[in-house]
Amino acid sequence: MLTLSNYSLTLHTYAGFLRRVETPRLSELNLTVHPGELVAIIGGSGAGKSLLAHSIMGLLPNNAKQYGQIAFKGHALSGAYPAGVRGRQIALMPQEIGHLDPLAKVGAQIRWAGRRVGLTDVDPAACLAQVGLSKAVADLYPSALSGGMARRVLMALAVLGKPDLLIADEPTVGLDSANREQILQLLRGQAQAQRAALVITHDLSAVLPLADRVVMLDEGRLVGVEHAHAFLEEGEGLQSHHARALWQALPQNGFC
Amino acid sequence: MNGRVSALYRIGLALLLIVAVLVAAALAGDVGVRADFMNRLSAPSWLHPFGTDQMGRDMLARSLHGLALSLWVGLLAASLSVLISTLVALTSALGERADRVATFITDAMLSMPHLMLLILLSFAMGGGTSAVILAVAISHWPRLARVLRVELREVQAATYVEASYALGKSRLFIAWSHILPHLAPHILVGALLMFPHAILHEAGLTFLGFGLEPSRPAIGVMLSDSMRHISAGRWWLALFPGLMLMVLVLAFEALGSASRRLLTPREAQC
Amino acid sequence: MTVLRLITRQLMLLFSVALVVFMLMKLSPVDPVDAYLGAAVSRVSPEQKAQIEAAWGLNRPVAEQFFVWAGQLIQGDLGFSTTYRMPVSEVIGQRIGASLALTGLAWLFSGLLGFLLGVIAAALAGGWMDRVIRVVCYVLAGTPAFWLAILAIMVVSVEWGWAPICCSGPIGVPDQQVTLGQRLEHLLLPLSVLTVLGVASIALHTRIKMIEVLQSDYVLLARAQGASLMDIILRHGIRNAALPALTVTMAASGEIFGGSILAEQVFAWPGLGRATVEAGLKGDVPLLLAIALLTTLIVSSMNLLADRLQHIIDPRTRRL
Repeated sequence: MLTLSNYSLTLHTYAGFLRRVETPRLSELNLTVHPGELVAIIGGSGAGKSLLAHSIMGLLPNNAKQYGQIAFKGHALSGAYPAGVRGRQIALMPQEIGHLDPLAKVGAQIRWAGRRVGLTDVDPAACLAQVGLSKAVADLYPSALSGGMARRVLMALAVLGKPDLLIADEPTVGLDSANREQILQLLRGQAQAQRAALVITHDLSAVLPLADRVVMLDEGRLVGVEHAHAFLEEGEGLQSHHARALWQALPQNGFC
Repeated sequence: MNGRVSALYRIGLALLLIVAVLVAAALAGDVGVRADFMNRLSAPSWLHPFGTDQMGRDMLARSLHGLALSLWVGLLAASLSVLISTLVALTSALGERADRVATFITDAMLSMPHLMLLILLSFAMGGGTSAVILAVAISHWPRLARVLRVELREVQAATYVEASYALGKSRLFIAWSHILPHLAPHILVGALLMFPHAILHEAGLTFLGFGLEPSRPAIGVMLSDSMRHISAGRWWLALFPGLMLMVLVLAFEALGSASRRLLTPREAQC
Repeated sequence: MTVLRLITRQLMLLFSVALVVFMLMKLSPVDPVDAYLGAAVSRVSPEQKAQIEAAWGLNRPVAEQFFVWAGQLIQGDLGFSTTYRMPVSEVIGQRIGASLALTGLAWLFSGLLGFLLGVIAAALAGGWMDRVIRVVCYVLAGTPAFWLAILAIMVVSVEWGWAPICCSGPIGVPDQQVTLGQRLEHLLLPLSVLTVLGVASIALHTRIKMIEVLQSDYVLLARAQGASLMDIILRHGIRNAALPALTVTMAASGEIFGGSILAEQVFAWPGLGRATVEAGLKGDVPLLLAIALLTTLIVSSMNLLADRLQHIIDPRTRRL
């Protein structure tokens, strides 16, 4: 469904007073996401996870330069982004509350999101119920939402158009266990039939139960692709050194 | 060419223009001041590219003198005004009560239309060159003082300044080695951006009759005189002096914004 | 409680300004009696002059003069204008309509036009349209207001003959007999000049704010949802940029009034700006004081409103 081939990304910044340099942020990425799959991308801060998500959505800052190719359902996504793909076929669930317009009520933002994916008549109450929020939330401004509520509103917005590919950026951070379960169930439901999900996180243990594959990103490079079921016991089944280190560093595995 | 290099070019170009005006005015000598009744009100020609006025004075030389005059008045007034801004901002740093008084005075200054304040100040001082310089200086400081106050608060709250206090460094040492270096670029940029305002306000005040004496070759005086010749179609008397003034103001505007781009940290990365 | 504090502060501000302006007037070397007498000063004996001074209270201590003046001001007595030979309140009453028509409308239109241009420039940031708007605004910001007014008369009135050359009505026709059409005809050119001059700062501020909005995370999500530029501008852009633009427009009221003093002078428009200049040149202290205080009241209220508006309207800081 989604294929990255030799994909690299650089950002230019100033070094010294007058010299402008290009800094590589993603290097030579090769990755394929198949239909029905939930792929987790694991990396620390600064590994380039969010940039990767924005690359796929075609939402890069002006000082970015891309090399290589990203293809979606066989069509290259470089250059002008094809109409009708964003939102409808690929949706983004961002991380922070700042992704909601501070001056518009939640209900209005749900209706706008619906219109953008071609749904003229969206019921905000039903949409909110899907993520376990009461319909009273529709009348709130984002500033009145807690972090967990905002995360669930963002999830509701992302799945509104039933996208083929959902990219979720840290969907579970800061949620209590009940809320987390609900979000994870929605993600699992997404990655079925001919649809797929890409979950970006730094928290390996949260996504392991539902991921099919785990991709490890470090300083803009792919340092390992593993099947989720290989994360077992001492991690003998893991291919890469990096994956083994990560697995063994989890608290429940005793920091060996 | 990247953004910073082009900012440097713009600074060079603006400085060149400003120096050229001063040099040309000096070279013109008393041409443009001395009356020549043989050549009254002649339209632009090769000999007089900007034409001549009702006393036969060459408008090009006269405009250059006017710009040089504006530059000196602007320079004196803006320097004085920057000094006041800095002092007011430093007063704010002394303590809570001093800050409240300084903020109140700043707000009061900004609560009157700027030109109104200039007219009142000039009226109080009886008009003339020194009155204009003082009036412009006294009325232009509040905006820069506000900017400097915010910057000052920021640097005072910075951890490296707090660390310096904790290490027992003297107030003078901290002011000299931490606060002044942080404020200096803002003061310089503020001064450059104040300049065009000062020049425009001086010209406006002179035009209304509250500024420089009518005997001086000031742009405001020339434009005020030109009003009498509008119906007669003597367009050159109004067009050229104003155009020259505008170019000078824009040169300073460019100088200020290019310097801001290079010197202040928030804009330096673009 | 905060409202009460704001009003107290506003009153303190007005009182301080009144005091300072009064002191400035007393500082002036222009003698109000000489200014009043004008050319007749040579025919008046020193005794007669002293009599006038005594009648106006000019021989009392300055502090006493101030409180007498302030007391009369509170009772609504603004004094007597020596330039126009009638009570100051009458001078202001006659001219405030013309001033409001010119300055008020110019302020309103430059706010609307500036906002529109700022939004367009930001939406097309980096394109040729943005460049044109920006260059025009920078040039306008550096243009002497009175010079632009003179050029407008030279080209539009004298060369093309499309607009009257001066005043708020035909010369020689009493004010009551001027028709609405004639009024509009005379208003159009000064109004356009003043509007164009006011647009620059509002457009540039709106543009910067709008670009900030367009780079925000919520616009990023809207783009990820497939929203078009028009959709983003209408739903998120205007909503988030309107308040800062309104604040800038409020704060620009002082600049617009300054511009109107110059424009009224050039167009011989019978408003408060021209009265200010007349009063200043002829040493008419009561009139100058009254107009200074009136404009200060308007501008400081605008500043205050601009400051509070953010807190009143924005749901992030609004307290129910």
